[in-house]
Amino acid sequence: MRESPELSFEEALAQLERIVRTLEQGNTGLEESLRLFEEGTRLLAVCQRRLDEAEGRVAKLIRGENGEPAEEPWTGEPG
Amino acid sequence: MTWTPTCEELGRKVWRVSEITRHIKHALESQPALQDTWVRGELANFKRHSRGHLYFSLRDQESRLACVMFSSRAAGLSFAPANGMSVLCRGSVGVFERDGIYQLYVEEMHPDGVGALWQALEELRRRLEREGLFAVDRKRPLPVVPTRVAVITSPTGAVIRDIVRVAHRRFPRFNLLLVPVQVQGVEAPGEIAAALDLVNRYRLAQVIIVARGGGSMEELWAFNTEEVARAIYRSAIPVVSAVGHESDVTIADLVADVRAATPSHAAEIVVPDRARWEEVLASWRSRLHTALAGKLSRLRQRVEELAARPVLARPADMVWQRRQALDLLGERLERALASRLVTCRLKVEACAGRLKALDPRAVLGRGYAICYRLPERRVVTGVDQVAVPDDVLVRLRDGEINCRVWATREFAREDER
Repeated sequence: MRESPELSFEEALAQLERIVRTLEQGNTGLEESLRLFEEGTRLLAVCQRRLDEAEGRVAKLIRGENGEPAEEPWTGEPG
Repeated sequence: MTWTPTCEELGRKVWRVSEITRHIKHALESQPALQDTWVRGELANFKRHSRGHLYFSLRDQESRLACVMFSSRAAGLSFAPANGMSVLCRGSVGVFERDGIYQLYVEEMHPDGVGALWQALEELRRRLEREGLFAVDRKRPLPVVPTRVAVITSPTGAVIRDIVRVAHRRFPRFNLLLVPVQVQGVEAPGEIAAALDLVNRYRLAQVIIVARGGGSMEELWAFNTEEVARAIYRSAIPVVSAVGHESDVTIADLVADVRAATPSHAAEIVVPDRARWEEVLASWRSRLHTALAGKLSRLRQRVEELAARPVLARPADMVWQRRQALDLLGERLERALASRLVTCRLKVEACAGRLKALDPRAVLGRGYAICYRLPERRVVTGVDQVAVPDDVLVRLRDGEINCRVWATREFAREDER
């Protein structure tokens, strides 16, 4: 089974879609069906996690010490 | 009194104002060099008349030229003229008789250098196109749900506000990273290119929006530079351009993976609609559960059907049936055995009767005797089996007699019977 951290939202969604279709066709055995269901649940969690990860804040990139990029909250104030 | 001769008296021509003005007008307007010609200068005293005519001066360090551009011509302007702007005008020199001034009647006006600029731009565009920077098959799809989007634009002004507003309408608290740059001026191309490289080097986002509000061609210039074009091209992260208004297509737009008409449009394209995706996920979740539930119920049904089959439903039946069969077989066996015994007994009895009839002792009772030759006790059945003086034993019904042969006599054939 593939590990998920590198899976993008759309990859996870595409795999999920395949799994649901396979399950819906109903040709799989019980063990396989349960495995697919488990995998589907995991992929749903990946999708959900990707959505949650997109939540954050508006930050502004600034030059930090030692020249590495750093961030600060952006409030929309001019300047 | 001194006589002062009039000009006429001196034979000199005296002009009336309108007359000389008309003459001047004619003199100027018949000069091919002054007709349909180009003048470069800086805009000054720019005034837009309520009827749409434009009044202004063109000037350089030494002189000033009055100009007028009628509204019918001004309508075709591709930029907003302003004082101090260096422009290039095509027109003809004429005279405004009422005020006695000459002026340039302007037919068309362009920001100065734009002709050359356009040429250079076209050349750059063609060169980059030949190199494949605009190739359609190079355009990458945008991630459906990027977890962070970098916006390279000015930190002040409407652009970033519009983007944040639209982004957060679609996805509350969406993760945006503003990378502040100058979007016009000589520093702009370098800053924009550096920002693109920076976001790539540190992998700060999954999509980059390069944005700028509308402006004149010069104001959008940074987005027409090779420096910015190449930075977009080498970006490993997909780039969405949103530069100027929909009608302004810059080279940055051509290189970018996706061109958005406006900054707000860029946010619409890039930022996922959270509510919609949550709905999509919910529907997949429900399909997944329904699919498994359906699978399980079909399997359960099959199990139940199988369980209802007699072999599984009444397993004792099988034993009883076997036992019954066994009982039947046992009975058959007994019956077979019994009949067999009867048969045998009858046979034995028959044999016994026959055997009894053959018992030689019964014959002896009727006076017959058996003669054995000694010493071997062999039954003698013919005269030639003994000779004088063999010993013989004669057996009667109730005993034996030891005898010796004294003589033998064989019967003739007929006597044998």
